[in-house]
Amino acid sequence: MKGKSLGYILQRLGPLLGLMAIVIVLSIMSPQFLDLDNLFNVLRQISIIALLAFGMTFVILTGGIDLSVGSTLALAGALTAGFMASGIDPILAVLLGVIAGAVMGAFNGVIIAKGNVAPFIATLATMTIFRGLTLVYTDGRPITGFTDSVAFDMIGKGYFFGIPVPVIMMFVIFAILLFVLKKTVFGRHVYALGGNEEASILSGVKVNRVKIWVYSLTGALSALAGIILTSRLGSAAPNAGFTYELDAIAAVVLGGTSLSGGRGWIFGTLIGALIIGVLNNGLNLLGVSSNYQQIVKGGVILLAVLLDRQKSS
Amino acid sequence: MKGISKSFVGNKVLHEVDFEVKSGEVHALLGENGAGKSTLMKILTGIYARDEGEVLVKGEPVHFQNTKESEEKGIAVIHQELNIIPYLTVMENMFLGREIKYGKTGFINKKKMIEKSKEYLGQLGVEIDPLTPAKELSVGQQQMVEIAKALSLNAELIVMDEPTAALTDREIERLFEVIDRLRSKGVGVVYISHRMEEIFKICDRISVLRDGEYIGTRDVEGADYDEIIRMLVGRQLGTLFPERETVVGSIRMKVDKLSSDIFQDVSFELKEGEILGVAGLMGAGRSEIMEALFGYREVQSGKVYINGKETKINNPLDAIKAGIGFVTEDRKEEGLVLSMSVRENFTLTNLKDRSNYSVISNQKERDFVNGMIERFNVKTSGMEQEVKSLSGGNQQKIVIGKWLGINPKILILDEPTRGVDIGAKKEIYQIMNELTQQGVSIIMISSELPEVLGMSDRILVIHEGQISAELNRDEADQEKIMYAATGGE
Repeated sequence: MKGKSLGYILQRLGPLLGLMAIVIVLSIMSPQFLDLDNLFNVLRQISIIALLAFGMTFVILTGGIDLSVGSTLALAGALTAGFMASGIDPILAVLLGVIAGAVMGAFNGVIIAKGNVAPFIATLATMTIFRGLTLVYTDGRPITGFTDSVAFDMIGKGYFFGIPVPVIMMFVIFAILLFVLKKTVFGRHVYALGGNEEASILSGVKVNRVKIWVYSLTGALSALAGIILTSRLGSAAPNAGFTYELDAIAAVVLGGTSLSGGRGWIFGTLIGALIIGVLNNGLNLLGVSSNYQQIVKGGVILLAVLLDRQKSS
Repeated sequence: MKGISKSFVGNKVLHEVDFEVKSGEVHALLGENGAGKSTLMKILTGIYARDEGEVLVKGEPVHFQNTKESEEKGIAVIHQELNIIPYLTVMENMFLGREIKYGKTGFINKKKMIEKSKEYLGQLGVEIDPLTPAKELSVGQQQMVEIAKALSLNAELIVMDEPTAALTDREIERLFEVIDRLRSKGVGVVYISHRMEEIFKICDRISVLRDGEYIGTRDVEGADYDEIIRMLVGRQLGTLFPERETVVGSIRMKVDKLSSDIFQDVSFELKEGEILGVAGLMGAGRSEIMEALFGYREVQSGKVYINGKETKINNPLDAIKAGIGFVTEDRKEEGLVLSMSVRENFTLTNLKDRSNYSVISNQKERDFVNGMIERFNVKTSGMEQEVKSLSGGNQQKIVIGKWLGINPKILILDEPTRGVDIGAKKEIYQIMNELTQQGVSIIMISSELPEVLGMSDRILVIHEGQISAELNRDEADQEKIMYAATGGE
C-alpha cells in the first residue's frame, strides 16, 4: 500500500517537477527568463489558453472532449466587438458575449447529452459551424475601431497593482473552479460521470444536466478568453483562436488528467498551461525558430505522456 | 506445486502451499477472498515468480517466465472476465495470434480455420457457428469458445476462475457437461468457485487455502460439508442465516399490473420490515422488473403505490426521493465508480445530506463514511483507498452502504452475495436482518435457493416475465421454487 501511495504522489507531482526542471534549465540558459516582467509576460500569454484548458478539464473529466473552444472564442470575440460597434455599452457587450459563449456550449451539451452524439463528433461539427458563423458575421475581415472605452481596454491590456488583468482573471477563475471541483456536489458528479456513467445514473446523478452544464461552462470560459484577446489586440479577427483547442487539450493532458475521464485535477491543467507557456517563451528568448519550437512542444507532450504511462504501470 | 511461498513487499501471501492436480480430475480450489488462490494460479502460469518451492508438470520441474511458456506446457486459464474480442468471429477469436495461413504467406486459410474451430467446438459437444461474431453469443457460449480455444492449444490442465459467476442455470448445466467431457479426455481442471453446491456436484477433490496457507485436501465423495466450511473459515461459522424475528408491518409498497416489453402484469405487495425474496431463472425478467421500479427502465403500463399513495417514478432520482435504494447485480459496471475512493463511493447517492447548500461538508462526509466503515466492518487501508483494489465482499458492503446513506424505506438487492466470500456473506445477511428490524422493507433477487429460503419472509417466483408463484416462508422449499421457476403448473 505504501509503495502505491508513493507512486500516486509522484504521479501527482510529475507535472510540477517537469515544470520546475524546464524553468531551471531555461533560467540557466537565458538570464532574462527570471525577470519579473518576463514572468508576467508568460502568465499573460498563457491566460487565454489556460481559460480554455480549465473548461476542457471539466469536459475531459466527464469523459468528453470539446474541439469547438477555438471557434467559440472567435465567434464570441467577434460578437462582443460587433455589439460595441453597434453602440451597446462595453460592459453589457462583454456580458452578452460571455452569455453567447455559454449558449454555444449549451448547444454542444444538448447535442451530446440529449442527442446521444459522441462529443468528438458533435464538437468537430460545431467547431466548423461556429468558425463559419464567425466568417459570415465578420464578412471575413477583422472588426476594429469598435470602442474607445478604457474599461474594455483594461480587460486585455490593463494592470492591477502591477499585475496584468488577464493574469488576475485567470487565477481568480482557477480558484473558483478548483473550489467547484473539489468541494461541490456538482464537481463530485463531474468525476463520477467520467468514472462510470451507468453507476452515476443509478445513484441518482442527473448526468445529462451535468453534461450540459459542463459544456456551457466551457463555452462561457472560451468566450471570456475571446474577449480578452479582442481587448488586447483591439481587433476581433475571424481566424482568432485557430487550433487553440489543441493547446488546451495538450495543457490538460500535460497536467495528468486522463483522457478517458474520471481522473485528473485542475491544478495539473494550470501547470500544463504553464509548461506550454514557459516553453514558448524560453525558446523565443533563446532565439529558436518557431518551426523548431513546434517540434520541441510536441516532443515534450510525448515525453510527458510516456513518463505518465511508466508510472501508472 | 510443492512448498510454494510468495511475499509482496514483505507481506507473505503464500506460505509453503502444496497443490496437485491429476489428469482427468476436477479439483476445486477453495478459499475466501484474499486466501491466495489467484496468487497461486498466477505462480502456476508464470505471471508471478515464486520465492520458494517448485512447480512440476508431469514430474518435470518447470520455471515459467510468462503465460506463453505455461501455455506451451499445456496449461490454460479461463478467466472470470473472458478474453473475447466482441467484433471478431468465434473462429477469429479462437485462433487470434496464431491464424492458420497458406504456407508462409500472410493470407489466412479460412476454410481450414472453420474446419478446426468446428472440430474443437465439437469435442465439447457444443454447436456454435464459427463465423458468428462473438458479441452475438451469450456469456456461456463465449466461455465455451474459450474452452475450445484452450483445447486447440492442447491444454492438459485448464484453470477455471469462477466460471459460473455470470451463467444462467441452463448454461451451468451445459458447462458441467463440458467439464465431464474434459475429465473423460484426461484433462485436469482446477475449479475456483465460491459456490459450494457446484463444487460438491462437479469436483473430485477439494483443496482449501486460508490466509495463504494450505489447509488440506479432501475427496468430495464422503466429504463433510461442515468440515469443509470449518477448514475454509478457520472457525465455527455458526448458522449462516440469522434468525428472522422481525414482525412484518403494514403495506409499504403496492405494485399494480406493471408491464413492459419484458414482463407483464406484475402485481405484488411489500410490507414494512419484510424481506421479499424473488427467485427465478436468469433471464426471467427479475432484474428488469426491479429496474423498472427504480425508474431505470420504461414501463408500458401499471401503477406503483408507496404508503398508499400513487407514486410516479420516471428516473432513479425519483426513486431515491421516494426512499428506494437499489443494489444492482453488477457491482463493477453499475454499482461502483472504480476510479473513486471508498469515501466518494459511499456518499455518491447521498451527497446532498453531506452538504450545506451544495457545498460538500468534509466533516459530515467523513463522519458518515467512518460510521459506515465501522458498521460494515469494511477492510480497507482508509477511506481514501480506491474501491478498485478492495475484495468483492468489501466492495459489496460499500454498494449496500451507499444506499443506507439515503435512509431507504425500501431496499432492492439484486444478487447481494454474488462473488462474495462466506464471511462477508454472513455479515451482509446480518445487516439485512438489522435493517428490517428498523422497519426497512427489502426485496432480494437471488439465484441461490438456500439464500432465498434462508432469508425471505415471502417468495415470489418469476417465470418468463410473470409471477408464477407466491410462497410463504413456511410452505416454500427448493422443489416448489424450481417447479414454478421452470414453468410447472
